[in-house]
Amino acid sequence: MTSLANPNSGERHKALAFVLPAVVWTGAFFVIPFAFMAAMSLWKRVGTKTVQTWSLDNYFDFFAKSHFFDGLLNSLEITLTVTLLSVLFAYPLAWIIAMRVPERWQRAALLLAILPFWTSYVVRSYAWMLVLGRSGIINQSLMSAGIIDEPLELASTRAATIIGFVHFFVMLLTLTIYANLKQLSPNYARAAADLGASPLRTFIHVILPLTTPGIMVGAFLTFALCIGDYITPQILGGNNELVLPQIIMLQIGRRADLPAASALAIILMLIVSLVYLLCARWLKLERA
Amino acid sequence: MKKSYKFGVSITRRGLLAAALLAGTATFGFQSQEAKATETLNALVWCDHTDPALIKPFEEANNVKVNLKDYEGTGTALSLIEQSQPGDWDVFVVDGVDVPRVIEAGILAPLPTEKLPTGDLFPELVMAENHTKDGKTYAISEKFGYNTISFNKTKVDAADVKDMSIIWSDKYKGKIAIYDYYLPIIGMVALGLGKKTAELTEADLPAIKEKLFAMKAVSKQVGEVVSSQTAIATGEVDILVGGGEWVTAGLTAEKPELDWVLPDQGGVRWSQSIGVFASSKKKDLAVKFVQYILSPEGQARLATSSCYWAMPANAKAGAHLSDAQKTALRWNDQKDYLARSQLYPAPSAELDKKMQDIWTEFLQK
Repeated sequence: MTSLANPNSGERHKALAFVLPAVVWTGAFFVIPFAFMAAMSLWKRVGTKTVQTWSLDNYFDFFAKSHFFDGLLNSLEITLTVTLLSVLFAYPLAWIIAMRVPERWQRAALLLAILPFWTSYVVRSYAWMLVLGRSGIINQSLMSAGIIDEPLELASTRAATIIGFVHFFVMLLTLTIYANLKQLSPNYARAAADLGASPLRTFIHVILPLTTPGIMVGAFLTFALCIGDYITPQILGGNNELVLPQIIMLQIGRRADLPAASALAIILMLIVSLVYLLCARWLKLERA
Repeated sequence: MKKSYKFGVSITRRGLLAAALLAGTATFGFQSQEAKATETLNALVWCDHTDPALIKPFEEANNVKVNLKDYEGTGTALSLIEQSQPGDWDVFVVDGVDVPRVIEAGILAPLPTEKLPTGDLFPELVMAENHTKDGKTYAISEKFGYNTISFNKTKVDAADVKDMSIIWSDKYKGKIAIYDYYLPIIGMVALGLGKKTAELTEADLPAIKEKLFAMKAVSKQVGEVVSSQTAIATGEVDILVGGGEWVTAGLTAEKPELDWVLPDQGGVRWSQSIGVFASSKKKDLAVKFVQYILSPEGQARLATSSCYWAMPANAKAGAHLSDAQKTALRWNDQKDYLARSQLYPAPSAELDKKMQDIWTEFLQK
């Protein structure tokens, strides 16, 4: 009856049918688990039991215990450094592939650039540990060349964690920036040249602003994946400082303190959400 | 121990076909064996139980498929159990010091001790105070070892590591790795300070904390099992605090320069226990599995599992170990080692939380 009365109603039902699976999926695998985690973050672990009394103690603990809060600061410092370095390395790589490599070789070049993606993340981290170790290839080469007498302490440091992350995320950013660069019409650069702009000026004032969405999307993905990662700091950082995901794991590993772990995970998620909102707002302002 | 593979073999079409057939046969063989098993047993275990050399004989003898889930840290196991349905699990392997809290939580069923070789265990491994409650035995020791000092004897003076204070001395600054498990390391520091691990209270924590922070200042890294083993095996560090036979025994053939020692102040002993879930619907089969693991044959296989080696709790397992294996496990020194070692701390929930906070602070330092 309704569909006869309103010709748009059928279309709406059809649209709803298309959207429904995504809504059900998101509800079942994100909204409900998230709500459960949020509720659990307000409970308490007492001895071997999780007690369902409501309090903000787990959140207060985060601010009261400096080693918890320092974990967040370490996470932010490492993540921002990694994101910045990854953009700096990925942009030239994507640009060279998109602009300088002949069209027929671009796919192969891209494949080579992302080849390390094909190996296991954990194996890659352990491989870096061997590369950066005292008897690793870097130290051996420097010592053979007579540049250093004693091996450098590269492994089990924050620098090692950053190197491991940057290696991974440069590949990711290269893909998003390359996709953006390929969408650009060459006419933009030609028009700028016609108007007398040098290649550098064209890049700074035309190409770079037009590829900002690609950079921002890649940078946000890098931020979100990096700040939530536990494996790389655990393997390459040598536990010489803790990031927030490691502190979350510590709550679960021994005492099964899921309420405290949930509270820390919610804090982590709020930070990622905040960064997402900033990115989205910035991109919107750029477009306006 | 480790197999070596040669690379650079030319791959032919016939070779590929043969490999595919072999893989197909292996898969089919595996499936048919699984299909033949009439029953399944679900065990929550430490990684040493996942060695097929240990599990396969039991599966074949009893026409059963054993599903194994390995975990690290009792907290992880308790989370898994909390999220499971009653009856999901049959057998539980758990840290010996955590057995009381597992019994308290009602997770384990009483064991029929008359069917188990309790009389054959090393006396120190009976651990009745941990395994029994109200006269009933809920778990039994199956394997043990020491969290002590592993070292590279070509780089470290053996006399130095006989004194526990070496772990916070700066003599080997930057060449020390620390095993990332707070209880044994706190236990080692306590021994170094002349305290008994079983008698630690909150009042002991400031002195322990001070030494822990001193250790951190001279260490190169703090890592879990794999990174600790890798660090000492690759020469990244020369001393591993918290190491022991579980680090070096399996590497004896490849790395003869690695050794371990119980310092003069003694060492911290760890042990793992096995029990049957109270909610298991296959208790008879689960007990049969426990019997197999505790039999001298099962114990010898468990002691030399590919994941890590350590001493079997059953003293009769020696008959099934080779001389080389016994040497690597220091079989003949056990009497002295057991006498000079203490179980690592088993704090109350409150003290445990405080120790964990100190450990987190130590890692963050």
